[in-house]
Amino acid sequence: MKSDIAFGQYCEGDSLLHRLDPRAKIILAVLYIVVIFLAKSAASFGLLLLFSAALVGVSGISPRIVLGSMKALTFIIIFTAVINIFWMQGEVLLFALGPVKVYLEGIINAVLIVLRIMLLLVCTSMLLTYTTTPIALTDGIEQLLAPLNKLHVPVHEFAMMMSIALRFIPTLIEETEKIMNAQKARGADFSEGSLLQRAKALIPILVPLFVSAFRRADELATAMECRCYTGGAGRTRMNVLRYDWKDFAAIGVVVLLGAAVVVLNILVPGIGLAM
Amino acid sequence: MAVVELKNVSYIYNKGTPYEAKALDNINLTLTGDGITGLIGHTGSGKSTMMQLINALLKPTDGQVLIDGVDIWSEPKKIRQVRFKAGLVMQYPEYQLFAETVEEDIAYGPRNMGLSEEEVHERVLRGAEFAGLHPSLLTKSPFELSGGQKRRAALAGVIAMSPKILILDEPAAGLDPGGRREILGGVKKYARESGTNVIIVSHSMEDMAMYCDDLVVMASGKILMHAPCAEVFSRADELIAVGLDVPQITRVAYMLRQYGVDIGRDVYTVDWAYDKLRSKN
Repeated sequence: MKSDIAFGQYCEGDSLLHRLDPRAKIILAVLYIVVIFLAKSAASFGLLLLFSAALVGVSGISPRIVLGSMKALTFIIIFTAVINIFWMQGEVLLFALGPVKVYLEGIINAVLIVLRIMLLLVCTSMLLTYTTTPIALTDGIEQLLAPLNKLHVPVHEFAMMMSIALRFIPTLIEETEKIMNAQKARGADFSEGSLLQRAKALIPILVPLFVSAFRRADELATAMECRCYTGGAGRTRMNVLRYDWKDFAAIGVVVLLGAAVVVLNILVPGIGLAM
Repeated sequence: MAVVELKNVSYIYNKGTPYEAKALDNINLTLTGDGITGLIGHTGSGKSTMMQLINALLKPTDGQVLIDGVDIWSEPKKIRQVRFKAGLVMQYPEYQLFAETVEEDIAYGPRNMGLSEEEVHERVLRGAEFAGLHPSLLTKSPFELSGGQKRRAALAGVIAMSPKILILDEPAAGLDPGGRREILGGVKKYARESGTNVIIVSHSMEDMAMYCDDLVVMASGKILMHAPCAEVFSRADELIAVGLDVPQITRVAYMLRQYGVDIGRDVYTVDWAYDKLRSKN
């Protein structure tokens, strides 16, 4: 019933990407983002495109879903492309409409920047959202940030809040739907009237929603206390995260990829980003 | 004349996506509008979907839903009028209370109907009375009420709209036996005095036997039976096969029959069983 709300978008699977350690995946994503920003020439972008396609292939997630996820970014992609085409100054003037001049460099830049955005999206979604459950992700973040505990940053508490928030998003959506239906059955009308009237029409939804959210929070707190939850100190885990050779190999591959990109930038400069 | 009529109604959730799920499969149902109809079925049998179709919260994928002989989706712009005709009280309705006072909350529906303030006030009092809510509670905040009172306030909010059909989803769920009797007794009284057709969804066969006149049994998106209580409960084997049950007294009668005392297959109230047993001697 909630197919229109794809939050987190985790896709069930058992691929190599799914099985990597979440901490390794976070590190990989950061490294890969650096690599993407290192790429300057068309040749290195080509290599990254191939690599990203390989990522999608390995994950076993249908390319349709991945391309579909870019829809949300259409506006940003078009916006950056347009800005780059019209603002960029270069040497090869293609055409000019009054004060607006379009240069070849501008177009190349636009294409490469758009590619960069798409690569960023594919890498983060492939490595993180599509192949890692939100819970594993917060676990990973918690452990990566654990050294901050020494600086008295309550890392565990933050991670717990994040997991709880993620866990309750679908519940709250369901609840909202239920309350909306109940009020609709009593003749509520959310689509007509002035802005003020429409805002007022939301009160019968928001009040019960807040009341139930507080009630849930209260119940959850009690349930956690019943199970002797006292915070992060001394807490052990059921699923202890362990790096294995796959994780090191994956990090090695991305480091190599970064080296290859740098080399390609120098060896095959060709057409490339002007900045 | 039929008050509610479902003609070849099918409903499919998420049609055209990988999550497609058929909830109702070519349903035909006619409710003639007298008394209380019970709707029973295993979880996921399509009961809630059917209720929401009658109340126009969902639009059938196929087929027609008619109220008073008119297809409710013939004028989609006037769909709110349909919802005023077919009042729906959802499960745990106490969680939809929102206004500052109970009175304001009950008045929400009637106000949405565009009635005059006087009329609204009258309706509120009537709704509260049928739901068994003491007038002194009307000025309180709904959040100060007890669980059972909240449930009744929510019920009053729908009764105040004077719907022709009143649909109640598990109206007694989570209440103590006294609360169950009060709510269901109130509903029965309301059905009789106002001539409203009431549809009750419940998992309690005891309640169904006690308060309903006829029963609709649903299983995997289809209607398995639609008959008076006595007939439905006499087909115990079929009910059990689809994960339902019969009232305890029907079971007792069944066991008595095995021991050679036959008081009939269709006994479903204690009084009836008592009379039958007495007449045996």
